[in-house]
Amino acid sequence: MCLAIPGQVVELYPDQPNIAVIDVVGVRRKVDLGLLQDSLPVQGDWVLIHVGFAMSKISEEDALDQMRTLRALGEAEAAMQEVQGYGLENTENLEES
Amino acid sequence: MAHGAGGKASRRLIEGLFAPLLIGSSAESLGDAAHLDFNGIKIAITTDSFVVKPLTFPGGSIGELAVNGTVNDLAVSGARAEAMAVTYVLEAGLPTPVLEAEVRAMGSAARDAGVTIAAGDTKVVEHGKADSMYITTTGIGRPIHGLKIDPRSVRAGDKILLSGPIGDHGITILLARGELDLEADLHSDTRSVLPLVAALAHEAGPGVRWMRDPTRGGVATSLNELARDCGLGIVLMEEMIPVRDAVRGACELLGLDPLHIANEGQFLAVLAPEYAAAALNALNSAPGGQDTKMIGEVREQPSGAVLVTTRYGGSRIVDMLVGDPLPRIC
Amino acid sequence: MKFVDEFREPEVISRTAAQIRRLAGPNRHYRIMEVCGGHTHAIYRFGLKDLLPSNIELIHGPGCPVCVLPMGRIDDGLAIAQDPQVIFAAFGDMMRVPGTQGSPLEHKARGIDVRIVYSPADALKLAEKNPDRHVMFFAIGFETTAPSTALTLMRAKAQGLGNFSVFCNHVTIIPAIRAILDSPDMRIDAFIGPGHVSTVIGCRPYEWIAKNESKPVAVSGFEPLDILQSIVMVLRQLKAEEARIENQYKRVVPWEGNRAALRAMAEVFELRPYFEWRGLGFISQSALRLRESYATWDAERRFVIPGVRVTDPKAAQCGEVLKGVLKPHQCKLFGNECTPEHPIGALMVSSEGSCAAYFNYEHRKTAMVTSISSVA
Repeated sequence: MCLAIPGQVVELYPDQPNIAVIDVVGVRRKVDLGLLQDSLPVQGDWVLIHVGFAMSKISEEDALDQMRTLRALGEAEAAMQEVQGYGLENTENLEES
Repeated sequence: MAHGAGGKASRRLIEGLFAPLLIGSSAESLGDAAHLDFNGIKIAITTDSFVVKPLTFPGGSIGELAVNGTVNDLAVSGARAEAMAVTYVLEAGLPTPVLEAEVRAMGSAARDAGVTIAAGDTKVVEHGKADSMYITTTGIGRPIHGLKIDPRSVRAGDKILLSGPIGDHGITILLARGELDLEADLHSDTRSVLPLVAALAHEAGPGVRWMRDPTRGGVATSLNELARDCGLGIVLMEEMIPVRDAVRGACELLGLDPLHIANEGQFLAVLAPEYAAAALNALNSAPGGQDTKMIGEVREQPSGAVLVTTRYGGSRIVDMLVGDPLPRIC
Repeated sequence: MKFVDEFREPEVISRTAAQIRRLAGPNRHYRIMEVCGGHTHAIYRFGLKDLLPSNIELIHGPGCPVCVLPMGRIDDGLAIAQDPQVIFAAFGDMMRVPGTQGSPLEHKARGIDVRIVYSPADALKLAEKNPDRHVMFFAIGFETTAPSTALTLMRAKAQGLGNFSVFCNHVTIIPAIRAILDSPDMRIDAFIGPGHVSTVIGCRPYEWIAKNESKPVAVSGFEPLDILQSIVMVLRQLKAEEARIENQYKRVVPWEGNRAALRAMAEVFELRPYFEWRGLGFISQSALRLRESYATWDAERRFVIPGVRVTDPKAAQCGEVLKGVLKPHQCKLFGNECTPEHPIGALMVSSEGSCAAYFNYEHRKTAMVTSISSVA
């Protein structure tokens, strides 16, 4: 139920709006865009592919946002560990919002 | 059907049925080839059969697989292939041009590998059998000086080398069958690994403990067999295992593990630690060996199993294949 | 691989794991259930358990559509395949699942025409290419996969393709979660929600879990950082004594779901009054069947099927493992009579089944020395 992979739309067919060729690091497959018919992807868009159908468009902005959050948390964590290394008590209150 | 895939079921069939009845209990652990001694005349011998669908695919065909596969089995047992005998089982109705193409391919591959095709036989079976063509080979060769392959000589601390990217052949075949509608710029890695083995023997011969060509069942199956045979554990570093992007993409799409996918032009070697650097260097410098990597080492634990670690501290056991690798959607 | 490699960055993973260890503290034991079998698989594949402190217990949920399929349904599908005209097409996941007379692959070895397909659309293509044969697609999956089957059926109908049918075993996730929460021997603190099912159904269907059951839910992606971040999210909620639905997988999951997918499902499918789930028993309104308007493409109406209920052998404890009450190795048959090579239950043969995952990836690790220093 869950194996879905991000792929990039590299080819569209004007006479077949529900089909696209997607690329996953050099592997190509035709996928069905029928589930995205309300908002069809365009060339260059990234979509999530499951059993040969595109399920959703992938938001690059949200992905970058998520990585920023994770990296920031990671840095805060690293800073946290450094502080703990100084032997301060009760570091829980220092947790970020 | 699972018995042909190279993993657990195949092993059971060979060890449980064939070996005791045909070879007897005095046999050493079953390697890729047997080294025989006839009053001082040392000969290595191996036999193999080749069944592939489709017969031709990007990068080669059954004829080349047959030659290279045989040469490689001898090479990783520590022998240089000199001659082969070949049997063709042909399906009635097989078009002559197809047969001719395979025979040519075989001849060409044999010349490239420096092997004489010394004898042959042909049988025709009725239409519907033999999937067009089955090829069986028997190869003989001479032991390479300075190499002694024995899984029992493997020790904790030994290093594991892999000659190049994995999964190329198996994924190429999967895509060539056309059932999955995937396209990629991939081709089989079929080649003779003898030149690389010879280079390894030359630079680090005394340090080579064990070698194998990870064909059906992939690297995971070969290393699990080693772990079982020597009773030690194998620990691999995932980030060191070379995999081409396209193989990785196909595996991610289909839910397959590259470690289980067949290779036809690679080999694994276990080296004593003091020889490992020289061995890696020798292979990286040799033609066709530039992608060789040190992918892991032998340890006491997990005894009899293969563990793959990630850079962030996670790990997983990789077992031998059960049956063919199947694409999954879940 | 874009949108994959970033979420596998080792440095960020290590730091996020450190954050989890700190958040989890020493004094409390957390039981977090990942509902989806794909998450179970990812947890084992990426070795994520190694990164978690011992007071966080990950419980594997019933979101494995192969695992919850009763053996009788496999028998039914294979019974249809006995007809030499029929081509039995299914995903690779189904191929080794045992029926009472063997698995689909074993049937193939005996001469039954069994084919692996990657997509229901491929099964339709098979039917187009083989007009003198009948292609029966054995459909499985939760709401992630059902819309694709639905669209395929709509296309078959539009083409008037008569030699194609679907044997429908699609199930829905919410009743399964409800069954877990209603089970008296369960104690789950929070859920990692099924990210790909949610691309279809959105996040709203989980709101009752937070409102009525007071359990936090983080709808999660499948990369290591996704799962770890989801654990951070639910831990934070638990510590703050909150219970909300959070969408960790924002880059892909729309809060309102996929309208086109839901439309396709509504057009083609209706809910069965009840359906048997292996290990969980009969659950009402939990599975899909084809509507009357699609009767022509419904394998259950086109063919006569035995419909025999097959109960699991008494000793097999698939149900308890599915519900997370037992760990795989606690089942009496685990590793002895039941292994991936000769599985008794689907949990051992499905790639997402917790027993298979545990067997393939885990159980020999327990004997090991835990510190793994870097090699070379």
